[in-house]
Amino acid sequence: MLTDIIEFDFLRYTFLTGLLIGIVAPLLGAFLVVRRLSLLADALSHVTLAGIAFGLFMEKQFVTLTLSPIYSGMGFSVIGAVLIEKLRSVYTAYQELGIPIILSGGVGLSVVFISLANGFNTDLFNYLFGSVSAVSKNDFLMILGISIFILMMITLFYKELLTLSFDEEHAVVSGIHASRIHFLFIVLTALVIAVSIRIVGVLLVSALMTLPVAAAMRIASSFKQLIVISIIFAEIAVIGGLISGYYLSIPPGGTIVIMSIIILLISMSLNRLTIKLKKEGI
Amino acid sequence: MPESIIRLENINFAYDSKVVLKNVNLEINRGTFMGLVGPNGGGKTTIIKILLGLIEPDSGKVFINNQPINKFKDWNKIGFVSQKANTFNKGFPATVFEVVSMGLTAKLGYLKFLNKKAKQQVLHAINQVGMSEYAYRNIGDLSGGQQQRVFIARALVSEPDILILDEPTVGIDFKNVERFYELLHKLNTEQNITMLLITHDTGAMTNYATNIVCLNQTLHFHGRSEEYSALSTEDLSRIYGHPVQVIVHDHD
Repeated sequence: MLTDIIEFDFLRYTFLTGLLIGIVAPLLGAFLVVRRLSLLADALSHVTLAGIAFGLFMEKQFVTLTLSPIYSGMGFSVIGAVLIEKLRSVYTAYQELGIPIILSGGVGLSVVFISLANGFNTDLFNYLFGSVSAVSKNDFLMILGISIFILMMITLFYKELLTLSFDEEHAVVSGIHASRIHFLFIVLTALVIAVSIRIVGVLLVSALMTLPVAAAMRIASSFKQLIVISIIFAEIAVIGGLISGYYLSIPPGGTIVIMSIIILLISMSLNRLTIKLKKEGI
Repeated sequence: MPESIIRLENINFAYDSKVVLKNVNLEINRGTFMGLVGPNGGGKTTIIKILLGLIEPDSGKVFINNQPINKFKDWNKIGFVSQKANTFNKGFPATVFEVVSMGLTAKLGYLKFLNKKAKQQVLHAINQVGMSEYAYRNIGDLSGGQQQRVFIARALVSEPDILILDEPTVGIDFKNVERFYELLHKLNTEQNITMLLITHDTGAMTNYATNIVCLNQTLHFHGRSEEYSALSTEDLSRIYGHPVQVIVHDHD
């Protein structure tokens, strides 16, 4: 594959995009998991699917339109994020209620737009499960720009995000603007999902955000470690998944998730080993 | 003239139609170790929420450092410790150092990083509560008493004038509760940090607190802790509205 990566532009862009999402997806995922909001990623990915279906429908209606459906996916994802926040403030006693509402709403809209665009086609299949050949140069540049933006935002607001994730009450009492930080966080999550979809697909994007974190959780003793280890695991899964997907002609979403699950299983057995070592005082 | 840190004037508060606080006046001066006792539902937690600005009273005024609460901005001067040792997410992968550094988040402000000086402050706070050897351990691996010390350190790191503790010893075993009170006593006497401690544990309270306040909708008792100790069982029953058994904690 290495020679192919050098030879074929599309493979190179896919590979580089994979490396980028291997950083940003578990980075946001670490915060999602510790806040017990893993399902948020699922809800937003389904809204993104609605946006992509809408984009494909528009492409069909207006053939001259050349805008990538990723943009409409991203738009829907961010709107979905804002709506979930709105629902959280309306149903304060049922904070998680926004997630199923947005998730089912996303699927419902997707079905409508897919039917209007005359059903399934290869394009849509690629969006559902990811593809090794779907990233164009323009897609890559956009994903690069958004990834840099996400990394900057997380670096700048790291201490607020961490403080809020650990103990919301303390954060509010000490004067942190919880709702603004939370809003920033959910919008960043929406962006990560939108940029990851090209590679891992709508149905499996949440796996890349949560599985490496779940594996790292078994090993990490600090939050910084959690982030670093999650990213390493995600990169291994992405690289291994892309290569095996390419050779086996399987959508990379599937191979990346299988790789992530293997890593999870290994880390769980390793963890047992370290506990044993600790007990023996080593 | 003692310096007032917190002053409540004629506070009234009701949840819907249920009156929780009626005409409460309370002043806490710098250096005091004030114990706040009272029955469940007597309004202890409500009054804390009011003076932390989390809820607004129906009427009355709150002053912090002689400023009206809505003008008060210096929230890192108020350290708050809740029953966290009992309730926080113990699976959260954070070290003691990371948790304590969260106490500086608001003080440092947006777009500022934890610099060398801030890191030293964090280590100093961890040292103050006697947890230095655990600084890089995962908070979830510690005992309840140790975790609560870490939360004290998180409150201390922003160098507060006052620590407000809402039943901090819930879920901590007896032996560690004593050590915990010793720590508060030390911080109060050696560093002149004012303490406001809410507790059910009236016995231990009288050993450490300088002043005691009994709250059951209104203030039923407000005085020196020796005076509180001198109250008869009948007086206490009247305050609590039901018979009370005082558990005496002796120092061995």
